[in-house]
Amino acid sequence: MNSYISLGYPELGCASVLVLANAGLSLWLELGIERQLLLAALRMVVQLTLMGLVLATLFRHASPLWTAGAALGMVAFAGYEAAARQERRLAGIWAYGLGTSCLLAAATLVTTFALTGALRPDPWYDPRYAIPLLGMILGNTMTGIALGLNGLSSGLVTRRVAIEVRLLLGHDRRSALAPVVRTALRSALMPIINTMSASGVVALPGMMTGQILGGVAPADAVKYQILILFLIAGSCGLGALAAVMAGVYRLTDARHRLRLDRLAPAR
Amino acid sequence: MLEVRNLTRSGVHGASFRVAPGECLLIQGPSGAGKSLLLRAIVDLDPNAGEVWLDGVERARFPAPQWRRAVAYLPAEPGWWGDTVGEHFASPAAALPGLAALGLPDAALTWPVARASTGERMRLALVRALAGAPRVLLLDEPTAALDPASVAAVEALIAQYRQRGLTVIWVSHDAAQARRVATRTLYCRDGRFSDEDENE
Repeated sequence: MNSYISLGYPELGCASVLVLANAGLSLWLELGIERQLLLAALRMVVQLTLMGLVLATLFRHASPLWTAGAALGMVAFAGYEAAARQERRLAGIWAYGLGTSCLLAAATLVTTFALTGALRPDPWYDPRYAIPLLGMILGNTMTGIALGLNGLSSGLVTRRVAIEVRLLLGHDRRSALAPVVRTALRSALMPIINTMSASGVVALPGMMTGQILGGVAPADAVKYQILILFLIAGSCGLGALAAVMAGVYRLTDARHRLRLDRLAPAR
Repeated sequence: MLEVRNLTRSGVHGASFRVAPGECLLIQGPSGAGKSLLLRAIVDLDPNAGEVWLDGVERARFPAPQWRRAVAYLPAEPGWWGDTVGEHFASPAAALPGLAALGLPDAALTWPVARASTGERMRLALVRALAGAPRVLLLDEPTAALDPASVAAVEALIAQYRQRGLTVIWVSHDAAQARRVATRTLYCRDGRFSDEDENE
């Protein structure tokens, strides 16, 4: 069964009226986000079109090198996004470096785990599986890491006095920072928890919907979706934990001091 | 004996002095001159250069948490991380004598922190700092928010601990208090510390 309705450009143009309507709403209510909205929509169209071309090429060649290159490119962009979403970033190269390396480690680990364990395509790096899988995992892990680091830095800034008094009473940095770390990790994992609890009741996840529209039997699409959500949850947890722990080490030092001077000035 | 040698950080330029057990070194100077920055540097809470020695052992040889248990610092705005007062004491029994001496009821340990007034919190924080049995106590304007009776109680309690060998460094703006508690005074101006008041 491989019958699906192919979309043409007129149909897409028709649907884009909805975004234009949103922009009109922003103008009418003076929300001031019309530029941002249209720019985001334009970015989305351009980026997805390019991705379509890249994927078509990758699928034709199925080369491990090209697949790895595309994956690294995606991680680099995701790392940039994760840094851009934080209110109080680490100063210098750490703002980008820390999030990106945790993203790389978590997403690579979980994607490889899925490709060699659960899915086993042939070859295992087959870009038709590897790239979409990585994309979904990256997108969610990026959010988790950004929320975790944001929770850490803003928690340390607002609770500085309470943390410093524990350090002054002779607590080590791990126990002095523990409440902030817990809050940061909780907020990092909240989106995936919410997604999992709402899946199937409120929301039909995008990937499953896509497969169903593409002609896959719902029961099979559901299995894929469950796998993906497990993978996302794993990667989110790993990535956020690594990022928040590394953030704790960067924002404290061996003399158990709080080093907020290593945060970039507030934007 | 606490010995500070050429202690330097942003806002403090090469402070050097010694304080013997039982002594109370008073630090005077205008706001923003670097008094609190000096105290923070002594307890190693901010990056700093120079040496600090306690009874012949250099600070670098102590793990930082252990150093801060030996050299306690009571900031002008003490912090609280839990909801009730009692959570902030490792052992409530160690708090009771201090509470009594400062006119606070034993039940203060069950108070929500938010219920305590500024003056009560300052006294509770002093009890908390003393409960850890430090060898040196750094006080940053500990009586600024207190009524005269509480000021007297705090001074009496500190005097008692000094008799038992506690070394005290006390930052105060109050000239009369300085005369009452200080065995020696250090004057602070623009991050420089000296035995002589350059204003006089």
